[in-house]
Amino acid sequence: MTTTRTHAATGTGRIGDSPIRPDGLLKVRGEFAYSSDLWTEGMLWGATLRSPHPRARLVRIDVTPALRLPGVHAALTHVDVPGAKCYGLEHPDQPVLAFDEVRYQGEPVALVAADDPETARRALAAIEVEYEPLPPVVDAEAALRPDSDLVHPGGNLVRHVRIRKGVHDTPDGVPELPEADVVVSGEYRVGMQDQGFLGPESGLAIPAADGGVDLYVATQWLHGDRRQVAASLGLPPEKVRLTLAGVGGAFGGREDLSMQIHACLLALRTGRPVKMVYSREESFFGHVHRHPAVMRYRHGARRDGQLLWVRAEIVLDGGAYASTSAAVIANATTLGIGPYRVPYVAVDGWAVYTNNPPCGAMRGFGAVQACFAYESQMDKLAAALGLDPVEIRVRNALRTGDTMPTGQVVEGPAPVAELLRRVQAAPPAPPTPTGDLRHLPGGVGNTTHGEGVVRGVGYGIGIKNVCFSEGFDDYATARVRLELIGGELTASVHTAAVEVGQGLVTVQEQIVRTELGVDRVTLRTADTSVGDAGSSSASRQTFMTGGAIKAACEQVRQQVLSRLSSAAAANPAAYRFVEGKVLAGTEVVADLAELVGDQPVEATAEFRHRPTQPLDPQTGQGDAHVQYAFAAHRATVDVDTELGLVKVVEIVTAQDVGRAINPQAVEGQIQGGTTQGLGLALLEEIQVSNGVVLNPSFTDYLIPTIADTPPMRLEILELGDPQAPYGLRGVGEPPTISSTPAIVAAVRAATGRELTRVPLRPEHIAGVTAAGEPSPGER
Amino acid sequence: MHLNCVVNGEPRQVDNVWPGESLLYTLRERMGLPGSKNACEQGECGSCTVYLDEVPVCACLVPAGQAQGRRVRTVEGLAEATQLDPVQRAFLEAGAVQCGFCTPGLIITVHDLLRRNPRPTDEDIREALAGNLCRCTGYEKILDAVRLAAAESEVR
Repeated sequence: MTTTRTHAATGTGRIGDSPIRPDGLLKVRGEFAYSSDLWTEGMLWGATLRSPHPRARLVRIDVTPALRLPGVHAALTHVDVPGAKCYGLEHPDQPVLAFDEVRYQGEPVALVAADDPETARRALAAIEVEYEPLPPVVDAEAALRPDSDLVHPGGNLVRHVRIRKGVHDTPDGVPELPEADVVVSGEYRVGMQDQGFLGPESGLAIPAADGGVDLYVATQWLHGDRRQVAASLGLPPEKVRLTLAGVGGAFGGREDLSMQIHACLLALRTGRPVKMVYSREESFFGHVHRHPAVMRYRHGARRDGQLLWVRAEIVLDGGAYASTSAAVIANATTLGIGPYRVPYVAVDGWAVYTNNPPCGAMRGFGAVQACFAYESQMDKLAAALGLDPVEIRVRNALRTGDTMPTGQVVEGPAPVAELLRRVQAAPPAPPTPTGDLRHLPGGVGNTTHGEGVVRGVGYGIGIKNVCFSEGFDDYATARVRLELIGGELTASVHTAAVEVGQGLVTVQEQIVRTELGVDRVTLRTADTSVGDAGSSSASRQTFMTGGAIKAACEQVRQQVLSRLSSAAAANPAAYRFVEGKVLAGTEVVADLAELVGDQPVEATAEFRHRPTQPLDPQTGQGDAHVQYAFAAHRATVDVDTELGLVKVVEIVTAQDVGRAINPQAVEGQIQGGTTQGLGLALLEEIQVSNGVVLNPSFTDYLIPTIADTPPMRLEILELGDPQAPYGLRGVGEPPTISSTPAIVAAVRAATGRELTRVPLRPEHIAGVTAAGEPSPGER
Repeated sequence: MHLNCVVNGEPRQVDNVWPGESLLYTLRERMGLPGSKNACEQGECGSCTVYLDEVPVCACLVPAGQAQGRRVRTVEGLAEATQLDPVQRAFLEAGAVQCGFCTPGLIITVHDLLRRNPRPTDEDIREALAGNLCRCTGYEKILDAVRLAAAESEVR
């Protein structure tokens, strides 16, 4: 199926329809309970004291002045953490509350609980902390040199990933690459992007009679949180019960803990419910960001444009703590040459500790940074050979059966060339209407009436892995129950899978309706009383939790059929469940409600994707990924070449989604993801100077508004992956990856400038500062 | 201090309002009306947009005391208990809601736009909504929702 139109909510709510989302009514009425909306009788407000220094020795903390204030009920430091002093998603290196040394600006140092937020604020101000500031380690490349100060005693390297495909290194470690007709090289930089989810980090912790705690929180992974929270509280996991509160967006930024342990510590200390809500400024310090990157690439090609080899070196600044840096650098490197067939590949990537803000998961997860570099290189190669930018990509496009740099064979559809052809074939964007400033770069700022404005068009394509990689035991759990409630057949679904806005709740209902032929489906609130669903990340949740629900429904059907007859149970494939009936072929053989009767049918299923392998540490070889996903973009821009201002006129996206379980939600993912890539191209950067964040607010960190965002045309392919439930392919991340290089390519086309760093800045676009050179005030 | 104002048509009195408190805080934490959202509390994101005497404002930028004797209308008061305003319905049908954190503020802003300009062009919509950030949708389906709400208002 191809679609270029927008779906209104339609259909009967089965797979392929776009029903109204079940949480939608509450959301449009303002009645949906987000984590920051929670309230309970007698609750206290928690707040966090954070380090003003990016690196300092912690000499002394005295919380007693805070405790003397009326209305203050607790003030805690690291000595009050009863369990593990450090936590972390992959490597527990991040202190719950700092001890000995602070390693980034904004690191939590102490906590208070008070009657109201203002009293809590005053209590934080009363805490006395003596720091001995140390010179911060702020340059990721310098941090790898032997003479660098150490951020952690074990050294500044989080992980080095080394990939060699068909390439051997000389004895002194230089990859030996074959002779190429043409070689292009470049150094590319990506700034630190923020997830900018709108709902602040927040939650409510309630102490329980059994000595445990109940935490209502916005997160991406309830069980992942529970594991870390329980360890630091020194409690068995069953005494730490998490329930999902409404999530106001995530985009990777809620995969690491923020206030979870803190709120629980305060609740257990005071014996009262404690709510914590970050301000926007605090949120910028309260979650990890997208890794800034420095990437050096060389591409060698034949005269006809066919790629012969790629040499890439990628350095990601992981900041003060490990978070998911080890997995991010694996993605950046294993996907580091893009969706192209290349016989000889040598890629090295390093994730590095510094005293900059910690970086971890953000939509695209390493694939974003690499894509900006490899797509910039493809354009450079096209220019060197006098080829069309789409043509050079198509000539090198990855196809089914090709091998990745890891040696992994690409299975299933890999429509790289087709996606490129489709965005190229879309009608050109209309010319800029005259007479309305709102169409021009600078808009109603009245900076131009068209003089100096030049149009440019650019292309990009990216590749992303779906699900967790490198041998991780990745699974999801779902419980499905079929029963009569008030005489009406009802299916209920219980999972721990997190709805972050993407529409998972809708998809869950659609799958159950399709599998069980039942109209009425209810979703239980996600919590930890059911098995792990894994994280709502890596574009995996429809694949994984969708797969688990499908499997649980199949078990329910099996149980129902066994009530029909042993013959039916032995041949379940012969029966379909449609509109409350059991059908054999087209013949109705039973009424589902009668078979269920007063005996509910229930099944719990765990779903695993096919196993993956770790990467060989020497060669980077291994079948590390589950599924690859692809999206291509064409961007059209108008650039005020004198002032360096850009108006994105239109973006065309083509993406293969395997199967659109919910077409409207798929479109929403593509449009939203594309826009976040636009933000990285033109607007969004956390500016850090000597370890200090300069712009922790929506006044100074600019996420795209509706005036910055263009009309978007979509080409959605449904080619079906035989290895995935319903043939679906993860949707959320691919559109975020290549809109950035497509927009930059369009600006290059308009200006003729090299533009090697994102986000683009007016001084680079207008040529005031040389392309890629640091601007005044930049670290 | 005491605050007396009319919220969603009902006279309300709140005691012990702190002088530095925002109208947003009063609505969310003292009146049980958390529908107006707290995404930035800096007047940048529009998620807290409410009507103050039928003029849309960022409730985070209005000191609570300024609402004394005035009428406040929030997303919770836009339609009768079991009803939906056409703007709310259009947001649902167009798929303009993902995480939904921007939705209450956007619905007030769009409601206001359509009262002033029942047939807005796309440029009018973009200009009117430029103060409301959405991080999920890329705005395309929000534009669809506004067009849909405008078309439906015209039919009625």
